[in-house]
This record gives sequence, structure tokens and C-alpha cells, in this order.
Amino acid sequence: MTRVLDVENLRVSFPAARDRVYPVDGVSFSLDRGETLALVGESGCGKSLTSLALLRLVPPPGRVEEGSTIRLGDTDVLALRGEALRRIRGRRIGMVFQDPMTSLNPVFTVGDQIAEGVRAHFPVSRGEARRRALELLREVGIPDPTARLDAYPHQLSGGMRQRVMIAIALSAEPEILVADEPTTALDVTVQAQILEVLDRLRDRRGMAVLLITHDLGIVAGRADRVAVMYAGQIVEEAPTAALFARPSHPYTQGLFASVPRITGPVERLSPIGGSVPPPGAWPSGCRFRPRCPQAFDKSETMPPLLPVGPGHRMRCWLAERGDGGAG
Amino acid sequence: MNPLADALARAWRDPRGRAGGLMLAAMAAAAALGPLVLPDPLAQPCVLTCRNLPPSAAHPFGTDDLSRDVLARVAAGGRISLAVAFLAVALSATLGAATGLVAGYWGGAVDSALMRLVDAALAVPRLFLLLLVLAVWEQVPVVMLILLIGATGWFGTGRLVRGEVLRLREESFVRAAEALGASRWRIMFRHLLPNTAAPLLVAATLGVGDVILLEAGLSFLGLGVQPPAPSWGGMILDAKSVLVAAPWAGIFPGLAIVITVLSANLFGDALRDAVDPRGA
Amino acid sequence: MTLIQVRDLVKHYESGGLFRGSAPPVRAVQGVSFEVARGETLALVGESGCGKSSVGRTILRLQEPTSGSAVFEGVELFALDRAALRKMRRRMQIIFQDPYSSLNPRMTVGAAIAEGIEIHRLASGKDVGRRVGALLEEVGLDPAYAGRYPHEFSGGQRQRIGIARALAVEPSFVVCDEPVSALDVSVQAQVLNLLADLQRERGLSYLFIAHDLAVVRQIARRVAVMYLGRIVEEGPTEELLREPRHPYTVALLSAVPVPDPERQRSRIVLGGDLPSPSSPPPGCPFHPRCFHPLRSERCRAELPPLRPVARTSAACHYAESTPAPAG
Repeated sequence: MTRVLDVENLRVSFPAARDRVYPVDGVSFSLDRGETLALVGESGCGKSLTSLALLRLVPPPGRVEEGSTIRLGDTDVLALRGEALRRIRGRRIGMVFQDPMTSLNPVFTVGDQIAEGVRAHFPVSRGEARRRALELLREVGIPDPTARLDAYPHQLSGGMRQRVMIAIALSAEPEILVADEPTTALDVTVQAQILEVLDRLRDRRGMAVLLITHDLGIVAGRADRVAVMYAGQIVEEAPTAALFARPSHPYTQGLFASVPRITGPVERLSPIGGSVPPPGAWPSGCRFRPRCPQAFDKSETMPPLLPVGPGHRMRCWLAERGDGGAG
Repeated sequence: MNPLADALARAWRDPRGRAGGLMLAAMAAAAALGPLVLPDPLAQPCVLTCRNLPPSAAHPFGTDDLSRDVLARVAAGGRISLAVAFLAVALSATLGAATGLVAGYWGGAVDSALMRLVDAALAVPRLFLLLLVLAVWEQVPVVMLILLIGATGWFGTGRLVRGEVLRLREESFVRAAEALGASRWRIMFRHLLPNTAAPLLVAATLGVGDVILLEAGLSFLGLGVQPPAPSWGGMILDAKSVLVAAPWAGIFPGLAIVITVLSANLFGDALRDAVDPRGA
Repeated sequence: MTLIQVRDLVKHYESGGLFRGSAPPVRAVQGVSFEVARGETLALVGESGCGKSSVGRTILRLQEPTSGSAVFEGVELFALDRAALRKMRRRMQIIFQDPYSSLNPRMTVGAAIAEGIEIHRLASGKDVGRRVGALLEEVGLDPAYAGRYPHEFSGGQRQRIGIARALAVEPSFVVCDEPVSALDVSVQAQVLNLLADLQRERGLSYLFIAHDLAVVRQIARRVAVMYLGRIVEEGPTEELLREPRHPYTVALLSAVPVPDPERQRSRIVLGGDLPSPSSPPPGCPFHPRCFHPLRSERCRAELPPLRPVARTSAACHYAESTPAPAG
């Protein structure tokens, strides 16, 4: 399997009252061609910042810290400047954002915006760009694409707009597609449509997908591997089937216990007590410790990622006990 | 800390805000306290011998054509000019807020009527209207001047507040208040007005500069504050005839105008940035 | 014992006016009828544009209905004059979806909760403060927080404050307008548990508006599914989920992402887009996107009535033979 993305020890910092805080604090993962990795977590865990960092789009005054590594194949993304950086954005990594309502420019037609994406990365004529835009609209499943090419964003529904966003992201034919909560703002039936589009595209183009979401249900059907984030760190990572069969980190277990089910017995939910601490207020040692029902004395030291099973690791000392968490 | 205090604090941290705020405060302090320690601005202690003296230790800003101490007159004039500015702006803000609130919240026919009124009023050029009224009405008292300026300056604010109210009206907390059974007045004054306070304050602060210039202009034309009461515009008018011989008589009131307007605008700019957008 | 009975509720939003052009009205609600008994929860489920939020707001007369009736505790709500309506408002309250706009940013949290108490003169002087403190505790917050401003709280906490505000006037009926949709998974679970507890302790009735069937299952015994302004199916939650009779319900159910990789059902992905509520299709509102094998001309011509079929009521001419959801 060809490795297309390698992220090691990624840290993103922001200035704070006294020092700096690190909303992304030592995140490492990799992506192979054709693979889908889901980055799962709740608000404030750092998953969106992680995706922005890949494209060097972290908003100032935030910055990516020294010691972080982001490699796209052979290219060191963090060492790129100017034109070279612009070239990988879109061309090698494409990004789909969460809110299709505000991510499209309201004064340009949809066709123009897609064609712009094409021409930014390929030296083609306007006519050729327009032709490719039409192809892309077809590929993302927009009905009657010829008519839609000249439509303005406000004339399209949310689901359509999100497909247009995907078309724009694909216009440069990237190796990797980063989708940051692509369906959160959409209805559930529309969500099903969009996810199906992503699946088809991945199969047809062999794209790697980094799917960022808080919805475990979306992950179950679509991702090959999952990484769960909490307080700026990855706390558990595993192949999807393994994660769902044996959620091992107490936070992951807490997440599963909090999700209402559509099947099975209806029981009172067991939410995780307390709330997510903000970056400036992280406890020392294991960051989940204050909310963890299984915390013990060793939790006062920050655990590294420890193996729990094949390809399955978690950031918890319980891994040493071999029971991988009480489940 | 509530959002308004928060915005003020943030404006203060902004270097423009601090500079503007300090200068404005200094001008206000000088205007308030100056006349208490400075000589009488109307006094002509040495009628023939003290005319048009350049700045000196005895007269830091010099004397004017009628042997009056320029510094004293600038300070006293400041009192009047600043009072006119703040009071007129306060009047405009009140009228604008009231109209905007009612038009925005009540909607319907009331809104249409009020906005057509505003449109019609905006069609009349403010300066010409004032010139006309003041030319006919000689020797206008300062109170009337304030009322006239204030009553002709609220239209833009009215539209601004109405716009804010239209936006706020859709927010869930207003609906929640309605659901609790709050009366219209309660909603307008406890929920809508406090949330328009910040943009209103920005508009008012920037308006202060406008009114200073307007009043100075009117006084320069002899239509504003009437002599012998000192005003910055009036002083420039007086200095016109001796501008070559005694430039200080015109420079200092002119500087006062410039500094005041500049500081009001600086502070207003900083406040506007602090208010919108707030935070992220 | 029936607490509220709604009959043939219709709500159209006019998009005309004295100085604006005329456009077709948005037919948000097109004849909705239901009942809620004392102490019970009825869920109203549907996607954007189905009219569920409009139903909630119109019942409380936060918007005036176009026609229809709503009888609450024996009183016809739509016939009340302003003064009588004001008094009635004590008995029925609402909780909103967006925790960030549901609290006045310029009012302390204590003042917001106390407002209802003041308006209806339920207490005075020191008593008000004591009640506010008790309410904060009841929703799981420290009474000392009363002097703080909304921006100092997280989304989940703000929702709790909104709940406290609604409870302050001691209502018997609460419209919950997507109260957990904007919250993270673990916070969502906390608030759902809180709502269930409060219902039990205070004997509240809820009209629970949501788009997430799994959430609905957690809190509501009965559910009504809405599409384009009409109820297309209603019945006991478990029955409806197990054996849906309306094709839209089947599609909705199959679109819900299930956090279980083993149970990936074959999804029914609806084609097309939601039609605009200002020009709903004639006959059955769902027919342009319907996949029922017996779909016919009758569906286009004749609006199907809501009628009992097996264990639920469905508005479909061929409800008896609706294909079961796969998997």
C-alpha cells in the first residue's frame, strides 16, 4: 500500500494569557492510498485544527510548532513556501468544509467556481475548464448538470451545495481529500446521499480520505481506520471493526455509552460526567483523568499510546493490565 | 463582565482607542476646569495695549483683536462646543433609538410610515435647512441650537437601530421572552435596546466629530453660537480679519477643533472594531 | 388525559407586502392534527422544511396560525385575547435549539431565569433569588452562577439555563425545539437525561421536535413523522421504527447512521431534492421521490389521508404493502 500522508508529532499552538496553549498536542497518523481514516472527537478536541494544519491554513496568531512533521509522499509540507505551497493546496490535498452555506462565493456561478479550481492547477483554456466542471458535476451526482453549471449558490439546496464543494475539491484531482464534518449541517437523508458520493469517488479515483466527524454512525459504515481525539491528543486508534467491537479507552467507551441507539433496548444514557477542559486548563498527567471512572494512581503520569490488539492502540495505562478497559 | 463593558475595555486596549480617548478626556477636562482657573474670556483688561499679542508667559495662546486672552477663550469655547456636541448627539441618539426600536419591533404600517418619514427627511439637505432656520432666527439661544442640530441628525441612527432590531427580533432569546409573556415594552427596553447599545454608542461617538464641525461651521458663518459667548468657530471668524498679523488667534481654536474631531473619530473607530466582530 | 389537542393546523408564510412584490406563500404547515396527554412526550420528526418548528411556534402563538385549532387544558388557544394569552403563557413554555442565541447576552443568567417569575408576579424580593437558585440546582448548575453572563457558559450549560428559565413559571407543557441538535454527543446525553428526569419529577408533557430518530427513541413514546407540512406517519415509537408503513419513514430510518459496522443495512438513498414548500407537488407530497413499487397515478392526483395501518397511522395509498427496511 502506498503511503500518501505521514503526520508525526503535529503540534499547533495559540498565544494565551500567559504562555501558549497547544490545542493540537502531538498528533501522529498516516494515510495510505485508497484508505479512509476517520478522526473522531467532540468540540474542542483539536480535530479541525489538525486538518487545517495539513494545508498550512491555521489562522494566525496560531502556528504549527517546531518538531512537527507533515509529509505528502516525499514532500515536506512544512518546508514549503509561496508558490510551492499553493501548488499542493488543492492539487495534492483537497478540502471540503463543514458549512456549504458560507463556503461558496454567492456572487459567482457554481460553474465558474469549479472552473476556477481547475484553472488554478492546470493550464487549460476556459472552454476546457468548463467542460471539466460539467464532468465533475456529473460525477458528484448533480441532476441536470448543464443547467446547474450556470446556477448561483443560493439557487441550490444544502445537499447540492455540498456536492459542489466536493466537486471543487476534486477539480484539482488531489490524492487526498480532507472532509471536515461534511454532513453535519445537512439532513440525514441528504447526508446519506453525500456519503454515497464520497464512497463512489474514493472507489473510482483511489483517493485517500481523511474524514473528520463527531458522529460514530458515519464512521461505522465508511472508515477503514479510526482515531479518537481528546484534548489535543489521539487517545485511541484502531481498525474500525476493532474499535466498535472493543472500545478500549474510557473516553471512547463513554462516547459509545452516550449515543442513543436506533435498535436494541432503550436504556438511560450514561453520559461522561463533567465537560471538556479548554486548552489552557488541561490537567497534568492523563487529560481524561478528572472525568474517568477508571482512573487510578498511575493516571497522574501522561500515558503514551500503548498496544491493545493488532493495529489497535490507546493512550491509557489500563492497556498494561491487559483488560483494555472494563468495556 | 457584560458585553458593553467588554467592548469598551477592548477599545481602550487598542492604541487608537487609548489615544483618542485620552485626548478627548483631556479636551473635556480642559473645557470643564479651564474656565475656573483661567481669566474671564470676555474680559478686556487692557483695551488698547493688549491687542494681538503673540503667545507669551502671561498669555500662553496670545490675545485676540479685542485684547481677550485666547487660551481662556479656547477653554470657555470648548465648554460650549463640547456641550453642544454631546447634548445634540445624545438627542439624536435618543430619537434614533426610539424610532428604530418602534419601527423595527412593531413592523407593519408603523414601520412603513416611520421609514417613509426618514426617507423624506433625508432628502432635505441638513446644512441648508439649518442655515435657513438660523438665518431667519437671529440670536438663537444655545439650547435651541442643540435642539435643532439634534433633531436633524437622528435619521441615520434610526435606520441603524431599526436594522439591528430586525436582526435581533429573530433571535431565540427574544422569542423566549415573548413565550414567557413579556410585554412589548419589556422586550423593547430590556432585550432589544441593551443589545443595540454598542452600535449605537459607536454611531454616537463618530457623530460627535460631525457635530463639532457643524457647529464650528455655523458659528464661523455667524449663525451658531452668538458673540460675545466664545466658540471655536466664532473665534476663527473673528480672527479672519487679522489672520496675517495675529495668526495665533485663529490657529489655536482651529487646532482645538482638529484635535477634538480626530480623537472622537479615533475612539469611535476603535470602539467599532471592538464591537463588531467580537471575539472569533 | 389529554392536555393539548391540535386540529387541522395550517400555517402559511406570506411573502408579499405593501411595498414588495407578490410571491407564492410558503406553505409550512398544511393541516396537522395530534394530541399530547398529560405527562407524555410526543416527538415531531422530520428534516428541514417539513414544518415541525413552525408547528411548535404556532401552537404557542409565537406566530399566528393561518387556521386550525389548539385546545389546551380545555381552552381554545387561538381564540384568546392578548391579556388572556399572556396568563396562559405560564402553562406552556419552549426550549430552543441554538444555545448561543437563546439567552440575552446582556442579561445575567439569574435575571434571565427570574424574568418569567417577575412577569407573572410569582414571587417578590428575596424570594425571587431563592427560586432562581433552586432552579439552577434542579438543572444541575451551581446557584452561585446566577450573576454570570451567558458567554461564560458552554453550550450544554446554556441549554440547562434555558430549561431553568422555562421551568421558572411552572408550565405543564413544554415545546422542545431541537434542544440537543447543536450539542456534542456526551453533552447531548446529559441534557436528554435531564429532560427525562424533569418530566418524571414534575409531570411535564413534551412536544419534542427533532430530526434524529435515535434521540427521539430515547425520550418519546409516540412519534409523528412530518414531510412538507403534513404528518405522513404516526404511532408508538417502537412500532413505527420496527414496522414503518410510510415510504418516507422507511427512507428516513434507513438513512440513520448506525454505530455498528456489522449492521450496515442497504440504504435507501432518496433521489432528487426536497421540493420547495412554496410549491408543493399535487396529491401525495412524497410521490416525486417515492420508491414504493405500487406508486401510481393515484398518488399524483389524490392526497392520501392519514389512516390506521397495522400498528401505526400512515398517509399512503399503498401503506399495507410498503417494503420493509432491509437489514
